[in-house]
Amino acid sequence: MTLLEADNLAINFGGITALAGVSFEVRAGEVLTIIGPNGAGKTTIFNLVSRIYDPTRGRLSFCGEDITRVPPHEIARRGIARTFQNIELFEHATVLHTHKRSRFVEELLFLPRVRALELEHRGAVEKVIDFLDLQPYRDSLIVNLPYGVRKVVEMARALCTQPKLLLLDEPSSGLSVEETEEMAFWIQDIRTLLGITVLMVEHDMSLVSAVSDRVVALNYGLVIAAGTPRDVQAHPDVVKAYLGS
Amino acid sequence: MRFLFKTSYAQELGLFRDNVQRNWYVALFAALLVLPRVVPDYVGDISLVFIYGLCGLSLMVLAGYTGLISLGHAAFLGIGAYAHVFFAHDLQLPWIVSVALACVITAAAGVLVGLPALRMTGVYLTIATLAFALIIQEIFSRWDRVTGGLKGKPVDKPVLFGFSFASELAFYFLCLALLIGALWLTANLLRAPTGRAWVAIRDSEIAAQSMGVNVAVYKTMAFAYSAALMGVAGALFAHKISFLAPDIFSVLLSIQLLLMVVVGGLGSLHGALYGAVFVAILPVLISQARDAVPAWHGLDRFVKQPGLEPGLFGLILVLFILFEPLGIYGRWMKVKLYFAMFPLYKRATFKRQKAYMRSERLR
Repeated sequence: MTLLEADNLAINFGGITALAGVSFEVRAGEVLTIIGPNGAGKTTIFNLVSRIYDPTRGRLSFCGEDITRVPPHEIARRGIARTFQNIELFEHATVLHTHKRSRFVEELLFLPRVRALELEHRGAVEKVIDFLDLQPYRDSLIVNLPYGVRKVVEMARALCTQPKLLLLDEPSSGLSVEETEEMAFWIQDIRTLLGITVLMVEHDMSLVSAVSDRVVALNYGLVIAAGTPRDVQAHPDVVKAYLGS
Repeated sequence: MRFLFKTSYAQELGLFRDNVQRNWYVALFAALLVLPRVVPDYVGDISLVFIYGLCGLSLMVLAGYTGLISLGHAAFLGIGAYAHVFFAHDLQLPWIVSVALACVITAAAGVLVGLPALRMTGVYLTIATLAFALIIQEIFSRWDRVTGGLKGKPVDKPVLFGFSFASELAFYFLCLALLIGALWLTANLLRAPTGRAWVAIRDSEIAAQSMGVNVAVYKTMAFAYSAALMGVAGALFAHKISFLAPDIFSVLLSIQLLLMVVVGGLGSLHGALYGAVFVAILPVLISQARDAVPAWHGLDRFVKQPGLEPGLFGLILVLFILFEPLGIYGRWMKVKLYFAMFPLYKRATFKRQKAYMRSERLR
């Protein structure tokens, strides 16, 4: 079953074509990785899917519904959550606060219903904290956490929206070898235990081959290869894109 | 050092951290009830502190929690004051109805400012609010039929349910009650999803968006709520100063209000109240310091120039931003931690860290 489908997606920034007609599909329950050299348009795809950018051309559909013109804040409700390459966290919130989600008058008076809803959110958040082993950091401020932990916290933040599809933008960037290995386990657990489909952008080939079912390689805004990690890595165009001819 | 043993999630939803903290607030409330008996000469000044507290609360929601710095809050105070006086005097509406209407009108003005503000961030938003304040001040002086223009407008004492709040003491309790009410409502919002959405927008707009927060709606809401609080403060302020004139609601007052939240400590309700006390005491300190300056080479005449006060406000603002960005509340936390950790206090605990790789932010 196809969860997310991109059909001939293209976007220009002024005279620069970042994506020149990219089509791919993400099947439910798989881990799909997008690879490619710098400037290939990987993060642009993420920004298109999370609706931060408007595509110049093409169509995006999620669960069979067209999401090409859906406002960005709607995306989370539909079941797509994302992380950012350079970590976008709420710096002065504690780990716990970051994780809870969102009727004005009821909230103003803090009626029992708001309280019940808060407790329910809290329960959901605690499940994610347990799942990602974040208990030691529950009450600490994000600013005081080491980078590796922030990366996991960011993933946790995304998971708290209880998504169907998780977009991970370079989950291993800035991490040590050990932290990267740990990240691979998290991603596998998210897929197998939570049943969440993962679409990720990644450079670290060891992580890519360890977790992904399929890989799509991009260069200059075009798909140059798609298939299993091994096939794509051996594809002559991919080798050429990374090493030059 | 005391550690809190938490046994249920509901424990964290309370207004107070634990019973000890609640008892301190009860003690503070009791002290405020007997305070007018202890210092009867200062009752009027303390009610002004309460009104400033309401203003601080308003600006704290906007600047401290949502991260939208406004230099136009004196205009909201003015709109609240003039609207209340118009409804209560000219239209002879009951006091509560009049305050509620003033609230609605300032909230509407807040939405009006908030809407274009959605497209502006940082210093540009501040400039826009400054422009708004200047336009509103101009309207106050030109719209004679409602505002009395430059001649000004006298304000009577509040009368509620047939009870006159003419005495300083009665007015003191009225201000205290409204301040506590506003604190309660604001604290409720801040522990509910709305408050979290505001903080999320402050810290990372794009992450807030990806978590499903409609940034436009919540920013407008912050403006409207902040303005509505300012409306209540405006109504009380009108009674307090008993005469409205356009030049009261100047940019200088806006700066004073901003000074309040920065000095008090951005991002905490305590900070708003500390700031209110500070801003109320400051003019007294300044005038006393002026009298103490010796007549040396005409120095005493120099410090008595009227333009010196705003300059001093600006200087205090800059010094706080440089040396204590967390304000009085931040300093208080440090002192508390020092004694809690004694003798193991580490200065680095509060050291400001540079944010990691923020250069490639999308907006």
